[in-house]
Amino acid sequence: MTENLLNKISNKNLKNLFEDNFKNFSYDFENKNTVVFNESEKFIYIMKHLKENEKIRFEILIDVVGVDYSDFGLSEWNAKSANNKGYSRGITKDSSGRYTYETSKTHHNQPKKRFCVIYNLLSISSNERLNVKFYCDNDKNPSLPSITSVWSSADWYEREAYDLFGIVFIGHPDLRRILTDYGFIGHPLRKDFPLIGNVEVNYDLNKERVVYQPVTIKPRVLIPKVIRDGNEKEVKDA
Amino acid sequence: MPDIKSFTMNFGPQHPSAHGVLRLILELEGEVIVRADPHIGLLHRGTEKLAESKPYNQSIGYMDRLDYVSMMSNEHAYVLSIEKLLEIDVPLRAQYIRVMFDEITRVLNHLLWLGAHALDIGAMSVFLYAFREREDLMDCYEAVSGTRMHATYYRPGGVSKDLPLNMPKYEETKWKSKKEVNKLNEAREGTLLDFIENFTDRFPQCVDEYETLLTDNRIWKQRTVDIGIVSKERAFQLGFTGPMLRGSGIAWDLRKKQPYEIYDLLDFDIPIGTNGDCYDRYLVRIEEMRQSNKIIRQCVDWLKNNNGPTISDNNKITPPSRDEVKEDMESLIYHFKLFTEGYCIPKGEVYCAVEHPKGEFGVTLISDGSNKPYRLKMRAPGFPHLAALNEMVNGHMISDVVAIIGTQDIVFGEIDR
Repeated sequence: MTENLLNKISNKNLKNLFEDNFKNFSYDFENKNTVVFNESEKFIYIMKHLKENEKIRFEILIDVVGVDYSDFGLSEWNAKSANNKGYSRGITKDSSGRYTYETSKTHHNQPKKRFCVIYNLLSISSNERLNVKFYCDNDKNPSLPSITSVWSSADWYEREAYDLFGIVFIGHPDLRRILTDYGFIGHPLRKDFPLIGNVEVNYDLNKERVVYQPVTIKPRVLIPKVIRDGNEKEVKDA
Repeated sequence: MPDIKSFTMNFGPQHPSAHGVLRLILELEGEVIVRADPHIGLLHRGTEKLAESKPYNQSIGYMDRLDYVSMMSNEHAYVLSIEKLLEIDVPLRAQYIRVMFDEITRVLNHLLWLGAHALDIGAMSVFLYAFREREDLMDCYEAVSGTRMHATYYRPGGVSKDLPLNMPKYEETKWKSKKEVNKLNEAREGTLLDFIENFTDRFPQCVDEYETLLTDNRIWKQRTVDIGIVSKERAFQLGFTGPMLRGSGIAWDLRKKQPYEIYDLLDFDIPIGTNGDCYDRYLVRIEEMRQSNKIIRQCVDWLKNNNGPTISDNNKITPPSRDEVKEDMESLIYHFKLFTEGYCIPKGEVYCAVEHPKGEFGVTLISDGSNKPYRLKMRAPGFPHLAALNEMVNGHMISDVVAIIGTQDIVFGEIDR
């Protein structure tokens, strides 16, 4: 990687680690402790190396965050410019809070790929954090290799990301849903999954058991999502 | 020897020692556990999804409901992440108030843990003792926010209002005579800070009381010593943080290692265990209560001597005062915009963590420049702890499962989100 990208890293050890050990890899520092790797073939090698190298040992996997970028930067209310009818007053009906399961719509507004997984690493020995980002190559069937062999704690985190985003972790020993109901359909944190959900349960007196039925609540989001001028600029050092 | 076949047992989700709605599928060989498979998600409310449809400030209240026994600590991580992206400063007095309430929250959490943990493994009276002190701390919550649990007290830029000058008082009822009420109200005559000061004087003796009941108690030791041992290496592997990590002998505390707010100005110690068993984690948490008490006292002393604003005066983020709204056009506009639309946060990604009573509570916040979070992910400390349950209970008896659930300090509000 080029020099100026590495200059963003303030920590010497981290800088050395990337300069020496990841010389031949394609990566990109988004800010001083977030790195995006552009290749997922060497995924396990990279993760193992981050944990076991001599310079900074990232002993703990703190979190695995799935992200669906498909609505990124879309607002429901155009507050920027007027046309010949004045300022926009209408609110678009196609963000996840405003549609139902039947009327849902997938946007493709993602800057790079649709799905991304952020691995949040912590080094106890050198008191350093690093967020490692990998984008999933395939938008339709997103997948990444599982890192349960590197950090045991990845087990449930990956199950969670699978459950909520439908990202498949190849090689995971037991990739079941974890937070949603038994027999749940869909991946609720995807942007094309409606906020009101799909089914609800109640107790049927005649059948004398709990039954599933389509949701009866209506979408109800009160405040539109809006992007105001001056906020498109990115905070790089956060 | 009779032939013992292994069988499967369902534990919970409605079980007094499941600490909420934990469903465990236990595979047993006789009374020894071969495998435990926790089924979680029975309290899943989709907090992360809901937050995506609301302006930032409207989700503060949801944070209280994550780990519903350490409410303000959750708010703290959320508010910190917003502040970091907005790059705004928090007045010093607000930082002290936050730290004081974080530590009050830690004591609240550890008291509930102690009471429930002891109750689970057979010591009834500790529960009653612990709730006596919890009551006083709940009153502090009430005094400052009007609510005893779900405070919604922290705001990006500070706290919602300054500490009150009087405490809520008990009233005479047909069950409480005037004499009793007067005795209860004795410490509540002064300001909130006087009450907390009085509490910090009393509290170390209360901890001594709990310790006389438990620390050298033969039954307590039989139930906790050498139960659920986790080595240092495994603690790292399993993603432990907080007292679970310190119980295994690792001196790691975000308040010391990556200090936020004013923790670097305060004097306190980090207790660590040696064996990594339930008893060590008990000792660690008991000592943490004493240390928190020390921190609360230091904050009270500072707050009594120093006045100042408790919330940032940047009216794009924080509401202007009522008087200003009535007299000043610009303030009126700010007020209107803030409550109808909220504020937009610059594009960016941030991870903020606090030392929550249960471990590291972190918030990953991704903003696309709008008035709502694009993605909000809470890192609940209990989640990896519960994931390690299978490993911790392996080879133990059924009754030890209860001790290990207790020592993990599980709360489903945060695990299921």
